[in-house]
Amino acid sequence: MESAILRSVNYNAYFGDNHVCKDVNISIPKNEVVAVMGPSGCGKTTFLRGINRMHELIPNATAKGQIFLNDEDVMEMHPIFVRLKIGMVFQRPNPFPNLSIYDNVIAGYKLNGIKLPKAERDRIVEHSLTRVALWKEVKDSLNKKGSFLSGGQQQRLCIARAVAMEPEVLLFDEPTSALDPISTSTVEELFHELKKNYTLIIVTHNMQQAARVSDRTAFFYMGELVEFDDTKQMFTNPRDVRTQNYITGRFS
Amino acid sequence: MKDIHIKFRIGKSIFFQAFAILLSVSCVIPLVAILLYILDAGFKTIRTNGFQFLTNLPKPVGEAGGGIANALLGSIIIITVASVVAIPFGILCGIYLSENRKSRWAYWSRLCVDILQGVPSIVIGIVAYFWLVKPFGGFSAFSGSMALAIMMLPIVIRSTEETLKLLPDSLREAAYALGMPFHRVILKVIVPCGISGILSGVMLSVARIAGETAPLLFTAFGNPYVSMRLDKPMQSMPLLIFNYATSPYNDWHDLAWGASLVLLVWVLLLNILTKIIARRWKVQF
Amino acid sequence: METPSGNKGNRLKRSQRHIKFESFFRRLLSVVGLSMIVLVIGIMITLVVQSIPSLKASGAGYLWGKTWDPVADVYGAYPFLLGTLLTSFLALLISIPFSFGVAVVLGEYYPKGWLPDLLKNTVELIAAVPSVIYGFWGLAVLVPMVRTIEVKLGYEPIGMGIFSSSLILAVMVIPYAATLGRSLIQMVPSMLKEAAYSLGATRWEVVKSVIFPYTRSGLFAGVLLSLGRALGETMAVTMVIGNTSLIPKNIFSPGNTMASVIANEFTEADHPVYLSALIELGLVLFLVTVVINMAGKKLISGFTNE
Ligand SMILES: Nc1ncnc2c1ncn2[C@@H]1O[C@H](COP(=O)(O)OP(=O)(O)OP(=O)(O)O)[C@@H](O)[C@H]1O
Ligand SMILES: [Mg+2]
Repeated sequence: MESAILRSVNYNAYFGDNHVCKDVNISIPKNEVVAVMGPSGCGKTTFLRGINRMHELIPNATAKGQIFLNDEDVMEMHPIFVRLKIGMVFQRPNPFPNLSIYDNVIAGYKLNGIKLPKAERDRIVEHSLTRVALWKEVKDSLNKKGSFLSGGQQQRLCIARAVAMEPEVLLFDEPTSALDPISTSTVEELFHELKKNYTLIIVTHNMQQAARVSDRTAFFYMGELVEFDDTKQMFTNPRDVRTQNYITGRFS
Repeated sequence: MKDIHIKFRIGKSIFFQAFAILLSVSCVIPLVAILLYILDAGFKTIRTNGFQFLTNLPKPVGEAGGGIANALLGSIIIITVASVVAIPFGILCGIYLSENRKSRWAYWSRLCVDILQGVPSIVIGIVAYFWLVKPFGGFSAFSGSMALAIMMLPIVIRSTEETLKLLPDSLREAAYALGMPFHRVILKVIVPCGISGILSGVMLSVARIAGETAPLLFTAFGNPYVSMRLDKPMQSMPLLIFNYATSPYNDWHDLAWGASLVLLVWVLLLNILTKIIARRWKVQF
Repeated sequence: METPSGNKGNRLKRSQRHIKFESFFRRLLSVVGLSMIVLVIGIMITLVVQSIPSLKASGAGYLWGKTWDPVADVYGAYPFLLGTLLTSFLALLISIPFSFGVAVVLGEYYPKGWLPDLLKNTVELIAAVPSVIYGFWGLAVLVPMVRTIEVKLGYEPIGMGIFSSSLILAVMVIPYAATLGRSLIQMVPSMLKEAAYSLGATRWEVVKSVIFPYTRSGLFAGVLLSLGRALGETMAVTMVIGNTSLIPKNIFSPGNTMASVIANEFTEADHPVYLSALIELGLVLFLVTVVINMAGKKLISGFTNE
């Protein structure tokens, strides 16, 4: 695929002897939303964390294979550079509890020791918060601690934090599973907005959500990438019987 | 018949509850007795010697108006030097232990910290004597500081480790995901979030060594004059109390009571402050 | 929409520097962590090496030798071993009912409220008071009291001695068993207690037949920690034990513990074997306290992992 921004080639991940991702080959086009689905424990999170080299932070976790970001092998780069280019949002909102909302947004700069002029910082904060539709809600309480916000607001703050670093790809691991329905729909609307500038990969257990927000869907089963296709195609006419079983709820 | 039996059991239960309350409340008696006695004797000294008590040198037996300036200054210097060494070292070691929970070397390191925590202070004094006094030809304030630093380490290390272990992994991951390098994740995120626990460990360790005497007997040794030199013997509060309390002179006993009051207030304030810090500075998740 | 920052080059340069510092920091942490092992091994080696002259001169008889006479160059540690054991065990005997009382009251009867909180904080403060101050107070207040008791009981009225030391030590070690006991008692599952209550047990019966058996090993660990503390306590004991190298005849006799002999005689030890004999005492003290503390910690971790 020509415009693939992210491409994995025979990617394998292990926890000790436990082979969790098996020869994953996937190629993700730029500015698309990709949903990753599959039963619990099939290796979705592991694959996602492999992309920005978070996987190897776990003791005795290892990985093999290649993951290309714009034809540069992520596995050969230093993890710090990888993570600056590929942002991540976690299942539970995790704003820094010791920082204000303002500082949380520019945490990637502040905590990395990158000095920016005040005007520039203000611009980044406003821009990022606007992007995640949080600016209006918090612009008068930027100095409050991030942990004062509601769960949904915290999650959007975390997205703003990732967006502020201007990454190329954003990874989401079940970003709405800890949120209420209203916050969930706010975050889902964000995906459409963010897609204009970034490529999004979203792990989700919620098939409706995948259908609503994604352009393409990847289906993992027992560590293998079983099927990767246009979302509509996948939900209406899956090629693999395992995908079909999953979609029709024949196993969970 | 059965009724009486039940009443008896209930009575017994009440009796033991009252007994336990009595026992636990009487634990407080000696502490209160000590506090009152020292308040009384200490204030008497300060009243007769005036507040110059804090700024005067001890006088020979028979002369009025002695003070504890040398001990106060000495204690401050010795404790400061000990803290400068032990606090950063202890915090770094605590970080090492909490970051390497499963490694074999960390296991041995942790075991050694546990051992060190139980080593009697007098033994630390002996060891400091052979490491820092004998090779350098004489008692010195510095050797005393190092002996105290060794006593501080386990307290600082364990409180740092315990605090950092309780921080959620999600914090670490949030930091890593922003492309932060290991040292910044630790120093800018992990340590600031655990600061209340780390600080209370630090304060506790300072309070603990402020009253330590045994490790100083063969290291800082004591000095009747004001000295600021780390390579020479130096007086300290607990040493002064020990020496004067065991002397046969009443004047000196009075000085020792005054010094005891100052030391006790100092140590108790540090302990209370620790509790306040632990509560106030706690980072809410 | 425009992109907010043109600082990408800056960011990457900074990261280059971070990468170098990162490995330096990791190495620094390891060095600091491993230096604790070096420190403890160093302490052990120093004690052993410095004890060698005494080991050579007195051999194994050192521990059982009944006379300690530096002038005649005879060193037997028995009087101090006995003194240490007597003071420590007597102190434990006195303090255990009190610390268990505190543990039960704070752990089971009144776990919440300002009064119990006050009691808890006060008991913790007992451990904060410097030991010289205990010693001084003991010398001024306790010793005269013990002297009157001795007169009443018909012993020689010295005041200073094993008994006075034990009293002071008993106060000092209360918090160790008490705070540990309290937190362990609070960990007893309420399921177990409720089961007993539902069978009609009284409060005391629950304490006796559910809480104590369940926390037994942990309470014992608290006693071990208190013992470790009592064995090594130096200053308070030195000030009230009377400092004699004779074997104590009864619990009111003056004596010496291992720690108090070292404190008293270390700076006076004017020849190598004398000094070395004192250090050998330190070595014995070190080994005994390490074993006791480790056993206590092992018990606690076994308890809390269950
Ligand atoms: N930290 C870990 N250490 C060891 N094994 C792990 C760890 N995390 C996950 N695993 C193993 O890897 C496998 C895949 O886990 P992963 O978290 O990737 O699944 P998942 O598809 O994200 O599941 P879920 O839908 O429940 O989030 C699991 O079977 C699990 O046993
Ligand atoms: Mg997952």
